[in-house]
Amino acid sequence: MISKDLVSVDDLGRADIERILDRAESFAEVSGREIKKVPTLRGRTIVNLFYEASTRTSSSFELAAKRLSADVVNIKSVGSSVDKGESLKDTVQTLSAYDPAAIVIRSPHAGAAGLVARWSAASVINAGDGKHEHPTQALLDVYTLRRRLGALEGVKIWIVGDVLHSRVARSGVLAFSRMGCSVTVCGPPTLIPRGVEALGCDVRWSLDGIEEANVIYALRMQNERMTGSFVPSLREYAARYQIDGRRLAPGQLLMHPGPVNRGVELAGEVVDSPQALIVQQVESGVVVRMAVLYELLTGGGPDTGSRFARDTAAGEPQPA
Amino acid sequence: MSGVRLDHAGPAQPGDVLIRSAHALDPRAALDAPADLLIRDGEVAELGAPGALEAPDGAELVDGEGLIAVPAFVDPHVHLRTPGREDEEDIDSGTRAAAAGGFCAILAMPNTSPVVDTAPVLQSLRERARAEARIPTGFLAAITRGQRGEELTEMAELADAGAVGFTDDGLPVVRAGVLRQALQYQRLADRVLALHEEDPSLSGAGVMHEGEVSALLGLTGIPSVSESTTIARDAAIARYEGGRIHVQHVSAAESVDAVERAKGDGVRITAEVTPHHLCLSDDSVRSLDANVKMNPPLRSEEDRRALVDALRSGTLDCVATDHAPHAREEKEQPFEVAPMGVTGLETAFAVLHTRLVLPGLVDLPTLVMRMTAGGEAFGLPAPKLAPGCEANVCLIDPEAEWEVGEAGYESRSANCAFAGQRLTGRVRMTVAGGHVAYRERSFAIGAV
Repeated sequence: MISKDLVSVDDLGRADIERILDRAESFAEVSGREIKKVPTLRGRTIVNLFYEASTRTSSSFELAAKRLSADVVNIKSVGSSVDKGESLKDTVQTLSAYDPAAIVIRSPHAGAAGLVARWSAASVINAGDGKHEHPTQALLDVYTLRRRLGALEGVKIWIVGDVLHSRVARSGVLAFSRMGCSVTVCGPPTLIPRGVEALGCDVRWSLDGIEEANVIYALRMQNERMTGSFVPSLREYAARYQIDGRRLAPGQLLMHPGPVNRGVELAGEVVDSPQALIVQQVESGVVVRMAVLYELLTGGGPDTGSRFARDTAAGEPQPA
Repeated sequence: MSGVRLDHAGPAQPGDVLIRSAHALDPRAALDAPADLLIRDGEVAELGAPGALEAPDGAELVDGEGLIAVPAFVDPHVHLRTPGREDEEDIDSGTRAAAAGGFCAILAMPNTSPVVDTAPVLQSLRERARAEARIPTGFLAAITRGQRGEELTEMAELADAGAVGFTDDGLPVVRAGVLRQALQYQRLADRVLALHEEDPSLSGAGVMHEGEVSALLGLTGIPSVSESTTIARDAAIARYEGGRIHVQHVSAAESVDAVERAKGDGVRITAEVTPHHLCLSDDSVRSLDANVKMNPPLRSEEDRRALVDALRSGTLDCVATDHAPHAREEKEQPFEVAPMGVTGLETAFAVLHTRLVLPGLVDLPTLVMRMTAGGEAFGLPAPKLAPGCEANVCLIDPEAEWEVGEAGYESRSANCAFAGQRLTGRVRMTVAGGHVAYRERSFAIGAV
């Protein structure tokens, strides 16, 4: 149970996740209106601190904050003091002078969000730390799937691809299994970390048996992985692990965190098929991040130990 | 090995000390009883029944009641960061930290800036040690120039200039052929090669032990076989060349097996183990605190237990701290970017006493043996509580409880893996190289 920050899916119990998803549902309703803003965070500042290139995560956090009427400061590593050699700690201390309500941080290094949470009084939201975690991605994935399926208990999910380098996979395994799904990770043995079963998933080296899956979650295969001899060639990878129209059975759902490498992890035909939830995942990004900001920042008075512990009935969002 | 010498700044005048009624413990001297211990003219002058010895004029009288007097410890693996990073540690602060930890001698690693790979660099360090070192300090020189793993240093000249041994520590000697040449040349230089065992093609960009915890954290792992296969390789080469090697900071169960096999095969091999590898596992890394990041990494709980067993049995010959100070701003970074290494001089005994001796995993005499044996691999005699021996004595309060870091550190750096932990057992006083090198601030002494 978390009190101030969202650094890891491990900080969340099932009830916490469900509360965030329910909150996201209520924001989805607002998003359907002509005026999509609520005044909840008016006058409060949210800093987006991105040390890695990002399009969808940074823009959806920005939009989420703005729809809650917060003031938003976006800092990218390129062109900032970070480029002048300022340490993470000094940057955070500088930003703290603006008294932000929340700092959203993406870093190429595991544990960066945890450090910022320790150094700052603001609520810290992990928008991806190295290969470690990406909790809001996992929450939006769970949200998207719950919207489609209703209930997640007993749903079989196969996460296919480069698990080794994937924070999406790590947070996803934790979140899906917390919601009662059974998760299998599948990929070339060079791209499955030793000991990954400890996350609570099964491990397969081939797609044999994937027909049992209700959901196939394909991971992005990054071109830069080719240099490290993790797979001999993209051609061989695609031949064994690409999800195409032949391998995606009728009734199975397909997810992907984006951006898709068409022709590598996914064949073009499945990306565009009605079984794919890829567009819905992007759409969910804004409302789920609104819900996370809302729960962290308005969750309760100063006497409330855990902001997730309070009654959800209080403080329903009002249209502006 | 002949001519191995350590350096330190002697006191203005040697002071005599009578430690009265401490429990004297030295397995090498078959000593395990309450005794009076008189240090005179830099030597252990006399041991007597408690209360039997008289303090000579001008001698300090130390009440040893309730304390244990052991031979002071020897650390074969310390980074003094001098020359180059005196902001992290210098010879004065590093030897002060060592004295506070009960050490009477330390050996410093050559991975400084510049690297200790020529006689002039070594000589200037020895000069500084004669001016600044609180306790006898020896210096190892690099095996290869610039520690680049390519050409040998002028090992014979470096040995003549006082190198206690040779090591590329921090880095392995990657090419087997280069190590073989160093072992051949050892016949001239007559000094032990201390080896950091790691296969970079297996360790790669790893930052912690490869296992469940690294999988959970998404950190690149360093598999145990990176170390154990290199130990096996180097032991085979040493056997072939009749050379003498010392394996540094053994971290994995597979490595213990490799050392044990080599010893069984008659290879002239010794091995050290650190307090952090003996007392912590990769479970600590879940915190992502850079103060538990070092190379080799903290390994699994099973590995840790294997190391404790091997320390007890003697397969691992000695304790070494691998004291590796780092600046605060370097360690206050995300785990992956923070540098490898933790400090350990000031906590070594207390940590091992608390975690291994008190729970009954290793008895105190064995721990004293292993903590005093660090110089033997390099041809230095182990300190001994016997009349006529140089006075190297550590006075311990086995019941004192303290919190690591509560009063800061003698070291210039604070990157201790045990920071904040409560420990039992504290060094009250250290006599090193014949004179008092450390007294705990609160420890009352009285002059006669």
